[in-house]
Amino acid sequence: MTNSINDIHEAEVIFIIGSNTTEAHPVLALEVVKALREGKTLIVADPRRIDLARKAHLHLRLRPGTNVALLKGMMRHIVDMGWEDKGFIAERTDNYEAFRESLNHMTVEEAAAITGVPAADIRKAAELYAMAGAANIIYAMGITQHHTGTNNVLSVANLAMLTGNIGRPGTGVNPLRGQSNVQGACDMGGLPDIFTGYQKVDNPELIAKMEAAWGVTLEDRVKGKTIMEITRAVDEGEIRALYIMGENPILSDPDQKHVEESLKKVEFLVVQDIFLTETAEYADVVLPATTSAEKDGTFTNTERRIQRVRKALEPREGTLPDWRIVQLVANRMGAGWDYRSPEHIMQEVAAVTPQYGGVTYERLEVLPDARFEQTDVCGLQWPCPTEEHPGTPILHTQQFARGRGLFSALEYAAPDEGVDEEYPFTLTTGRELVHYHTGTMSRQAPGLDALVPTGRLEINPEDARRLGIEHGGLVQVTSRRGSIQPVAWVTDRVSPDWCSCPSTTRRRRPTG
Amino acid sequence: MAIAREAEERTLTLTVNGQEVKAAPGQTLLQVARAMGVEIPTLCHDDRLEPYGACRLCLVEVEGARGPVPACATKVNDGMVVQTHTDKIRRLRKFVLELLLSNHPLDCPVCEAAGDCRLQDYAYEYEVNMSPWGWTPLNFETRDDHPNVARNPNRCILCGRCVRICRDVMGIGCWGFTNRGYDTIIDTPYNLPLQEVGCVSCGQCISTCPVGALNHKRSRYAARHWQTEKTRTVCPYCGVGCELILHTSRGKLVRVTADVGSGVNNGNLCVKGRFGMEFVNSDERITSPMVRDEEGNLVETTWDVALDRIEQNFKRIKSESGGKAFAVLASAKCTNEENYLLQKFTRAVLGTNNIDHCARL
Repeated sequence: MTNSINDIHEAEVIFIIGSNTTEAHPVLALEVVKALREGKTLIVADPRRIDLARKAHLHLRLRPGTNVALLKGMMRHIVDMGWEDKGFIAERTDNYEAFRESLNHMTVEEAAAITGVPAADIRKAAELYAMAGAANIIYAMGITQHHTGTNNVLSVANLAMLTGNIGRPGTGVNPLRGQSNVQGACDMGGLPDIFTGYQKVDNPELIAKMEAAWGVTLEDRVKGKTIMEITRAVDEGEIRALYIMGENPILSDPDQKHVEESLKKVEFLVVQDIFLTETAEYADVVLPATTSAEKDGTFTNTERRIQRVRKALEPREGTLPDWRIVQLVANRMGAGWDYRSPEHIMQEVAAVTPQYGGVTYERLEVLPDARFEQTDVCGLQWPCPTEEHPGTPILHTQQFARGRGLFSALEYAAPDEGVDEEYPFTLTTGRELVHYHTGTMSRQAPGLDALVPTGRLEINPEDARRLGIEHGGLVQVTSRRGSIQPVAWVTDRVSPDWCSCPSTTRRRRPTG
Repeated sequence: MAIAREAEERTLTLTVNGQEVKAAPGQTLLQVARAMGVEIPTLCHDDRLEPYGACRLCLVEVEGARGPVPACATKVNDGMVVQTHTDKIRRLRKFVLELLLSNHPLDCPVCEAAGDCRLQDYAYEYEVNMSPWGWTPLNFETRDDHPNVARNPNRCILCGRCVRICRDVMGIGCWGFTNRGYDTIIDTPYNLPLQEVGCVSCGQCISTCPVGALNHKRSRYAARHWQTEKTRTVCPYCGVGCELILHTSRGKLVRVTADVGSGVNNGNLCVKGRFGMEFVNSDERITSPMVRDEEGNLVETTWDVALDRIEQNFKRIKSESGGKAFAVLASAKCTNEENYLLQKFTRAVLGTNNIDHCARL
């Protein structure tokens, strides 16, 4: 998020696109509810009639995969009416002319035809967003999980820059991160192209910096492989050993069947987790880790806030915290490490990571200055480069990371795979409130499993009637990739010809 | 200078219990008193809710006012002179508490709220005489239709906090006042089961209940409030990063709460944060390393054997094919420190940049 959670209700207009906030980020959604109570305006763009769509002043029920067209339609109307923030564009951005020219390729009426959203609603949304003194955009997987995901994100950034809605309270481009420490795992360099703090792995200066800090010569000096590329490289025999810490790719990655085949095929698989997950079942070696309640450390949340995770229980007998396990494995490989505590590791993180430079465990314990009206929140929001730096609640207040904001000239591209006679339904994926991700934790919590025991398929009453599907009955859902058997939830949240189910529904229905 | 003067004009000065204190316009007497360390009792107040002024426990005396005023709902004025604990005020508060206790079940020995109950605390503080008007405990039927929310309407003091938090903070409205007079209870529309009236099982109603009318069903009889250790940490589920208070006892997680006025969540939690941490106690946890035996089954073993197996295979593959034959998946559920070490291991020890995780999920 460019802005902070407690800043959301400062917006006059909140534009939520591709986020079922009340289910996926329920407590953050309370800020939206608060804003509504304060009389603020809510626009929701979502194919489904999600809870917030029912509360919204305007619900743009776009066809799945047409985000770029919708946003272009809105921006075209803003420019046609002269509502763009000319001062902001001139002072803080580049490439406006090329972007402006790209808007000529789509009229509001064309956007309406592609998205299925009435042209009047597109114009209304554009007006509400552009005319607000401060307006923010909140998005999540509904924007990113598309083959046009990057263009969707760039379109969102275009809209914010076009109207100068960035760098001030109540504005911003605010992606919501789905997992407790997905922000931190990225910050820490758990990605193929970066060291910690988004420092490129193929930059010679940064390679030299890390080599000096770590006292090694780095063997690999080019970008590594992404998850999808790793799966393919296993198929081709290029990758022979796989070490997985606390992930369940069989359920979390696209194309279950393919991932499962790769895990079967890989020569040597190590899985480190708290439960024997679907993925661990294929392992050659399984290492038992502790839960977050049994260890110290830090998580970084969606607003870039680094917060302390504290040990409430001794590790279950036989298990070890992941950092200890990684150190044991590294030392078997001759690393000679001697990290004595998570705090000790954080000192090294701070030394090599500019954004985390001012982070110490001592500072994370202390409440910051009275920056907040009601809530005093511990933790530091990066960038926090030095021990004197207070952290950064709002990004891009003076300039963007690259200096000037870059407009992107984009064209709409239809979804990669459409419906046909054999596959007449469009299936969108989402989250469910009560369960989390692949269910490794939530399905082991009786208080949750008692509420919603299985993944549910949302299907429109009209389609259900036509196909003879009953509410609560088991259905077989088949795509070009494979099949799942969820329970039917007959509801008008989805339109005819569309269905929706949690992205992590098991291929086989779990027993018991 | 002009700006400084304006700011000064916006600060009000009042006197509370003889002490001069500065306040900002819009603040309530309750907020100002609490900020200066004066504890005014409240039952119907929660900082997450709008002032309600129903329980009359926070009555204070303001010079020149016609009668006592509720501190929670009274905005400060310049020059106000306030007394919060006069004999008259203490008598009024005691009277309110006596009335509340006249039909309260007093089943404190088996009540989950005992030790964390405002009514219990204030009855003690105000030295309440038991039942000057007799004692007729309520006797409503106890509903029990939610897996996590235990209800006991007989302990309810009708403060309306559950009604308001569900309606105002959650934007839902499962609860309402039903019936009139002595028969008033808090109930769902048409007395339907909670899960049929839009309940999202967040347990926010439990979190605001000042007594034992609503409580955590799954931790009943597990440990008294004063028997648990409390640890402040971060929720392991979504990326909002809510602060949790984990209550533990005898090596087990008992229940989860959150503190109003603390964390990004300000005391609010969702169903997963409040009721979803029990996986920690699960018997299904892996508690021993495992390796695949000759027949292809995963069998339990020691750390040494498991690490030997990893060392042999990693070293063999490394010498045969180099770092590029390895790939590592980091974890969005592990800590920063753990992910840092894993990527350092991948790059500096295994010798590859093939590391990724499901950041796109």
